Amino acid sequence: MSSRALKGGLFQAGLLFSLAVGFVTLGVLLADVLIDGVGYLDGTMLTEPPSIDPQIAGARPAILATIYLGALLLLFTVPIGVGTAIYLEEYANRERWYNRLLELNIQNLAAVPSIIWGILGLAFLVRGIGLGRVLLAGALILTLLVLPTVIIAAREAIRSVPDSIRQGAYALGATQWQVVSRQVLPAAIPGIATGSILALSRALGETAPLIMIGAVTYIAFDPTILGPFTALPIQIYQWVSLPQPEFKLLAAGAILILLAILLTMNALAIWLRNRYRRTW
Amino acid sequence: MTAGAEPLRLRAERRRIGEDVVKGVLALCALVSVLTTVGIVVALFQPAIEFFREVSLVDFLTGTEWAPLFEPQHFGVLPLITGTLLVTAVASLVGMPLGLGSAIYLSEYASSRARGVLKPLLEILAGVPTVVFGYFALTFVTPLLRDLGVGAEIFNTLSAGLVMGVMLIPTIASLSEDAMGAVPRTLRDGAYALGSTKLQVATRIVVPAAISGIVASFVLGLSRAVGETMIVLIAMGQQPNLTFDPREAAEAMTAFIAATGAGDVPTGSIEYKTIFAVGATLFVLTLVMNVVSIRLVRKYQEVYE
Amino acid sequence: MTTIDGTRLIEIETPPEEDFDRREAIFRVHDLAVAYGDAVALKDVRLDVYKNSITAFIGPSGCGKSTFIRCFNRMNDLIPSARVSGDVLYHGKDLYASDVDPVEVRRRIGMVFQKPNPFPKSIFDNVAFGPRVLGMDKDLSGRVERALHNAALWDEVKDRLKESALGLSGGQQQRLCIARALAVEPDVILMDEPASALDPISTTRIEDLMHELKRDYTIVIVTHNMQQAARVADMTAFFSVEVSPEGGRRTGILVEYDKTSKIFTTPADKRTEDYVTGRFG
Repeated sequence: MSSRALKGGLFQAGLLFSLAVGFVTLGVLLADVLIDGVGYLDGTMLTEPPSIDPQIAGARPAILATIYLGALLLLFTVPIGVGTAIYLEEYANRERWYNRLLELNIQNLAAVPSIIWGILGLAFLVRGIGLGRVLLAGALILTLLVLPTVIIAAREAIRSVPDSIRQGAYALGATQWQVVSRQVLPAAIPGIATGSILALSRALGETAPLIMIGAVTYIAFDPTILGPFTALPIQIYQWVSLPQPEFKLLAAGAILILLAILLTMNALAIWLRNRYRRTW
Repeated sequence: MTAGAEPLRLRAERRRIGEDVVKGVLALCALVSVLTTVGIVVALFQPAIEFFREVSLVDFLTGTEWAPLFEPQHFGVLPLITGTLLVTAVASLVGMPLGLGSAIYLSEYASSRARGVLKPLLEILAGVPTVVFGYFALTFVTPLLRDLGVGAEIFNTLSAGLVMGVMLIPTIASLSEDAMGAVPRTLRDGAYALGSTKLQVATRIVVPAAISGIVASFVLGLSRAVGETMIVLIAMGQQPNLTFDPREAAEAMTAFIAATGAGDVPTGSIEYKTIFAVGATLFVLTLVMNVVSIRLVRKYQEVYE
Repeated sequence: MTTIDGTRLIEIETPPEEDFDRREAIFRVHDLAVAYGDAVALKDVRLDVYKNSITAFIGPSGCGKSTFIRCFNRMNDLIPSARVSGDVLYHGKDLYASDVDPVEVRRRIGMVFQKPNPFPKSIFDNVAFGPRVLGMDKDLSGRVERALHNAALWDEVKDRLKESALGLSGGQQQRLCIARALAVEPDVILMDEPASALDPISTTRIEDLMHELKRDYTIVIVTHNMQQAARVADMTAFFSVEVSPEGGRRTGILVEYDKTSKIFTTPADKRTEDYVTGRFG
């Protein structure tokens, strides 16, 4: 074999190896979690509150809180995120400096580390306005964390609506809001929905901001919006930090539940994307 | 058809106030993001400035002992910075080559069928919550390293760094691949027509042409590593330790913030303000890296799109 | 008819010579110029458009004919950098006066675009969109049916009004867009190269439609197809490009505007003659 072909072959093998490392690690991780956790994945996990006895401990308050957080997030981020996206795409004059700054601001916010959002939440919500270490504070701060991503996704969806549709609607005498609400938005909804669900699933896996908000306390009762709370990622963190080995296995079980929730959401988002894919 | 039949009114019937209201509401939505940034800056820098009135900036940045919660108090942040830097270095050594290699394969070698399988897999990897990575580092990687005779402690920088590196692969790979995809076909076709191999085209044509995007992905990866919390909180340790040995336990900036913030430090105390001092340092670091990364991406987008 | 160098254009039935000078002028355009930012796209335009006529704008690409037609329904407003100066009088009223609402303008002056742009909705909802947003809700089905009849599309779609408009052929989609414009009962219909994206048979149908519509509406079309202008238009305006000697800036100008027969047989300006005989353009 010529040395050129050999070098080429080695190079390609090296590239495949790069890919393989990532995927093998992923596979090992999933297998590890599955092996550790499947034994603890039973009714107790889903219905019982945590306990110092690993045999009867469950993640019920955490699961409920994660679901509540998800619902609140949806409620908060979609209107504000889509509203901002509509403003930037349809109303704002790109030439103006403040609109360009707005865009840059959103891009930067999308890359702020999640712990900083936690600090913001701690300073303003928990201590600043005295909301306390409650679920609502967690929902609010996760909203701010995920808002830039939702805005960016909504903008993409709105941008992909062809301009010819807008022109046609304007030419018939529609006002700007009529064009947006009756033509652009309906056409952009699948893209917005997909992007929002993906952003949401990322938010539900976040731990650091919730730690700062104070969701680490040992919660043995069902959460309420204005009460103390924990969440699945927090419960996982707490369990994995306990010395007894059974709690590590419980953590694995909780991880399986979290992954199942995220997987469902992502699958839903991808199904939406494929079902409503429009070829203009 | 209608001319002359009715009086010609070209004035608006109502002053279309509704349109202005809508625009106002939408602008308010946009304002939320502005207020958020203002909030972050105020929340971080106001207590940080107060902190630096009590503790000198020089002591903070050059002191080698970090013990704010013990007596006697020490506020030298270097151990936290070296902790963060060390884990970031390990993560980069893993994530950058593997991420770039994956990107080159996806961009230059993979068939579209292969891409259809590999890219979603990468997205799955990107979607794993970091707390799960932290769990993996503590319960699998560390025991594995110890079994292999590496001599790592129960909490150590190496495990956290290795796992963090794998976590970075999707970030680096997708941004690098975008950059390489933006390189026009004609450049490659020209090289192939001259008899170049895939290896040569990839390394001598595509990568150099996409270099600003690739560097942007590296910088973004760095930024994510510096700002990452759960992996280091769970697997690296919560005791500050000024060391360059990754087999030891150490504390990163983010882990300190999380551990302290979760605790019950009284509001307004100097201990409380350490959260913000370290947080402000972290924010500035990541902000600079993010701005650089965005600039670099814009550069290659301007050239090719 | 034949052109001045004896080559025959398609033998068509020329409309009887009308005395256009006594016809009512729906639009009077005076000293019109359009600039995008610093670049002047069109200048010194002066012409009148007559009621119930078909007026065609022809000329090489880049001469500003699309820019010009969009001045009639204020569609240039949608481009932030566009500046229109001069007068466009519609029934004596300046379309660009500060108290004029573009929505009212567009209700009366409709537009059909080069590439058919049906909305991703049902056929019915496409045609009903205009009446709905303008508050013309009464007897919606009747309106839709009439509009589709007038656009010569009713028979082909009457059994599938609820189906998506995107399933229609190109020619059908363009007639749907015409029906859409007709549904709001405009005064004028502007058509920007309405048949250039269509096959020859659909093109003929659209041209026949124009002849019918002219009875009730005033029609202005932009076309790059000279034969089409010769076939359908009563009046034709020839635009060309002026290149500035220093900067190479290209600006559109109106060269000649007259009855179609005159433009194609005995044009007054040499540039017109060169264009219509195919020596350039």
